[in-house]
Amino acid sequence: MTHANAFPLNAWYAAAWGHEIAHELAPRTICDKDVVLYRRSDGQVTALEDACWHRLLPLSMGRLEGDQVICGYHGLVFNSAGRCTYMPAQKTINPSACVRSYPVAERHRLVWIWPGDPALADPAKIPDFHWNDGTEWVGEGGTFYSLKCDYRLVIDNLMDLTHETYVHAGSIGDEAITSTPFDVTHTERTATVTRWMKNIEPPPFWAKQLDRRGEHVDRWQIIYFQAPSTVVGDVGVAVTGTGAPEGDRSQGVNGAFLAAITPETDKSCHYFWNFVRTFRTDDEQLTRDINKAHVNEGKGVYDQDHTVLEAQQIAIDRNPRMPFYNLNIDAGALWARKLIDGMLADEHGPQPHVPSQAAE
Amino acid sequence: MAEQLEWRSAKLIRTRDLTRDIRLFEIEPSGDFVVPKAGSHINVTVQIGSRPDVRSYSIVGPCTDGMYRIAVKLLGDSRGGSAYMWSLAPGAHLTISTPGNHFDLGRNRPEYLLLAGGIGITPIFTMALALAEIEADFRVLYACRSREDMALAEELRERIGDRLQMFVDEDGQRVDLDAEIARLVPGGELYVCGPIGMLEAAKRAWQQSGRPVEQLRFETFGNSGRFASQPFRVNIPRLNLVVDVPQNQTMLDALETAGIAMISDCRRGECGLCALHILDVDGIVDHRDVFFNDEEKAANAKLCTCVSRVAGGSITIDTADRAA
Repeated sequence: MTHANAFPLNAWYAAAWGHEIAHELAPRTICDKDVVLYRRSDGQVTALEDACWHRLLPLSMGRLEGDQVICGYHGLVFNSAGRCTYMPAQKTINPSACVRSYPVAERHRLVWIWPGDPALADPAKIPDFHWNDGTEWVGEGGTFYSLKCDYRLVIDNLMDLTHETYVHAGSIGDEAITSTPFDVTHTERTATVTRWMKNIEPPPFWAKQLDRRGEHVDRWQIIYFQAPSTVVGDVGVAVTGTGAPEGDRSQGVNGAFLAAITPETDKSCHYFWNFVRTFRTDDEQLTRDINKAHVNEGKGVYDQDHTVLEAQQIAIDRNPRMPFYNLNIDAGALWARKLIDGMLADEHGPQPHVPSQAAE
Repeated sequence: MAEQLEWRSAKLIRTRDLTRDIRLFEIEPSGDFVVPKAGSHINVTVQIGSRPDVRSYSIVGPCTDGMYRIAVKLLGDSRGGSAYMWSLAPGAHLTISTPGNHFDLGRNRPEYLLLAGGIGITPIFTMALALAEIEADFRVLYACRSREDMALAEELRERIGDRLQMFVDEDGQRVDLDAEIARLVPGGELYVCGPIGMLEAAKRAWQQSGRPVEQLRFETFGNSGRFASQPFRVNIPRLNLVVDVPQNQTMLDALETAGIAMISDCRRGECGLCALHILDVDGIVDHRDVFFNDEEKAANAKLCTCVSRVAGGSITIDTADRAA
């Protein structure tokens, strides 16, 4: 937790929802890098370093003219490749003058940027986030910009749903989650936590979606992590005994929580979230209701997480005991962190392992 | 886009002569190795007589084995940097910077035309290999004085085959810049590293082609001119001073050594901050900067003192000094 390299740079990170980026300058901080985004006249998105080459004023304080950015201080002009195309009061352009231009790709309704070595930016490495495409799965999410915690705390949160029982009691929380064992598997870049809670009473949220009064259900949570920071949770319930654990989910309802978590700094992140479903996909009111169930002026389930995560970061900063202790329930989170550490080692060489320690 | 440069102690591991006057240096830095990108250079502390100075040398890459490679041409009229480098034997200790890059390759261009003249092949060589690696569309035009001067040509031919085209001056072969630029697809970029005459010709041809100015990329260390470096005299009537600029020193350094207050930044003829007014000249002003355009250079109203010189005589200039 304390080492300097908290996040890999050679990765695609969500920087904005596609609909948020228009033909105007939109600043973001991604992996400690100040970036300005805008949509060009050809519909593509550009991401430039948000600091003028000359005197470092954020270019986002300037303006667009065509597809070029004009610095709001002395009028230097940069094209979408970051090259300076105009300098005031001289007849030539300094050949060194440029700002960084970051590789950008738009996919799954999000704008992704690659803050590391541009030569390695292969669009094939964009996380699989197809659940967010708005086609087979339906839902409208949002973003917690500048959530004040290390992005890995959000991953911890999503990779261990035991917390639902305590943080989200009354909606999706249930004692069955804490009493049911789970499996964790992994590949080189992914980790999967699978938990089946069979023959239980559905918690309130799912009972309402399933609408089969009195029936017991088999409930599943299959959480799929892709390094460094996307999480997709395949969740749902089906009437007990109808074959869901064996693959037949026809007597159930299926949703997926989606999280693309982008480091902003080493202690803050942008959390792009959505909850999508394959049931009642035409029901726009349900889409709005589910959105509101997640974020609703402090009362939604993600608002509850938000409160916990920021409080946790404050506590981490105030306590010398680092890192914290780990439990059996953290196996999914630890696999996720191990994969992140592997990416960091690829970039910086192996990082020293710091085991949990007792307080001094 | 400025990298943070850090200085490191380093050791010269071995040298290899690529031609009669171009030597390859393999240098191992201490500490973390920063892998250089195509177009990068490192700065090297050199000793010129009794004073330390800094020179920038393009990296001959790719350097993926923890060793920086630079190629240094021994210049007869050098300011002393190349002579110092050539005096080093393997095992010598050096102070070098981490790589910096003022000459990076643009991404996703439809075509790249790389033009090298003489020792200017060093960054172009590395760029060509990088472009070959990503299977980009590119060509290299490499001009040298004679066949004996073709440093790195064989290595490059092995790696990129027909994408390399050689032009040997003594065989009467010349690059037809207008035709080559015309062949380049729209949106294609031209990268030039070579003597100032080549660069100026490329700039003129590019301008005439009407292509966007930012798609012509070049790097200059301001150390080549139309004339060999010679000593010259600077008269400054305002200060009632005469300063002699030796062959191995820049005018800016000579003025500062004489106690004249100057401002400067890039020291390679790009920013224009060190420029002074020319009152009179006896001889020819050898403008070696890229700050002034052709018309400004022809007008001879000012010169960039960090790189420009006078061939065959003296110059009378004015400074910014005023009475309090």
